[in-house]
Amino acid sequence: MSRKPYVREVPKATWYMRNGRYLRYMAREVTCIFLALYMAGLTIGLVRLMQGPDKWETYLAGVSSTPAVIFHLIAFGFACYHAKSWFDVTPKAMRIPQGNDFVPGRIIVGTHYGIWGGVSLVALVLMGVL
Amino acid sequence: MSERQITFEVLRYNPETDDKPWVQTYAVPCQEEWVVLDAINYIKDHLDTSLSYRWSCHMAVCGSCGMMVNGEPTLSCKAFLRDYKGNTIRVEPLTHFPIERDLVVVLDDFMEKLTSVKPYIIPKKEKPVEEGEYKQTPRQLKNYKQYTMCINCMLCYAACPQYGLNDEFIGPAALALTHRYNLDSRDGGRSQRQEVVAQHEGVWECSFVGACSEVCPKDVDPAGAIQQMKIASTVDWYLEHLMPWRGK
Ligand code: SF4
Ligand code: FES
Repeated sequence: MSRKPYVREVPKATWYMRNGRYLRYMAREVTCIFLALYMAGLTIGLVRLMQGPDKWETYLAGVSSTPAVIFHLIAFGFACYHAKSWFDVTPKAMRIPQGNDFVPGRIIVGTHYGIWGGVSLVALVLMGVL
Repeated sequence: MSERQITFEVLRYNPETDDKPWVQTYAVPCQEEWVVLDAINYIKDHLDTSLSYRWSCHMAVCGSCGMMVNGEPTLSCKAFLRDYKGNTIRVEPLTHFPIERDLVVVLDDFMEKLTSVKPYIIPKKEKPVEEGEYKQTPRQLKNYKQYTMCINCMLCYAACPQYGLNDEFIGPAALALTHRYNLDSRDGGRSQRQEVVAQHEGVWECSFVGACSEVCPKDVDPAGAIQQMKIASTVDWYLEHLMPWRGK
């Protein structure tokens, strides 16, 4: 009997449209673009700071404008989503032995949130917001 | 016992007569307690003897009855009809694998990958039988036990988009099994397996979509195994470059 296996091609450009799981994955990955844009903005700020008070004032006016505030809010939302989607999967990568078992996943995830909250708090205090 | 009429849309492919797969529908009078495999067996016994598919244990142990049920990689013997709303169920061969005939897929690639990772204990030092057994504590057993549960059903390969895009990828189950042996206190074969694991088509082809672990019927969590191996491979790399005197 002859063999003639049939290969079903995966659509190269639209593979992630095939199911919700893949879309969720893409959402996790794509949201980091907003983090990168935010970091680029921050870097420009640092350069302006080095260039002197005038440039810095112009930069501050720029980031206080309505479109910039809207962008920052959106970027913050996406950053939260990005962080949550990664925190959720940390227990898979970290198996920490405890007795005859492993440290429960929720403790690992919780610790990540704890550190995140702690660092944010310190940053806010340093910035004089709190 | 109540009966429920369900239409099964089954992907058919006969390599001798068909150029491409096509869908055949069967109306099956199903019993409430049936699984998808029971309905397929009913088709084979009463409606169409030409339908080809694999199964054996009917109890989620042999790993041979994996199929796409409504687009989801599923063990058809574990897929209870009561969990499917609606009156139509679509059954297709596992995706990402070539179709041999009807619901039967070609296993060759998976078999090759399994053997490539040396999925057996390679003792650190051979010891004569007279010296007795290799002992393990419950802790040492726990470290790898989860990864021994794999039944080679290949659902994880059907779920993995990276394997779908690049079939050079060693893939979830073979890598989980590698991890299983690497973690075994009786084993000393990690450096031999690293050649396969640390190459690009090994753990680094994985982008941590995590679909494999979601569909795994045995909670093996191949995605977790792969991430742990990425970390271990990275540590290896740093040790090798920053402390070359440590040797292998
Ligand atoms: S890891 Fe899970 S899904 Fe993959 S072959 Fe093994 S049992 Fe099946
Ligand atoms: S028939 Fe054995 S796993 Fe389904």
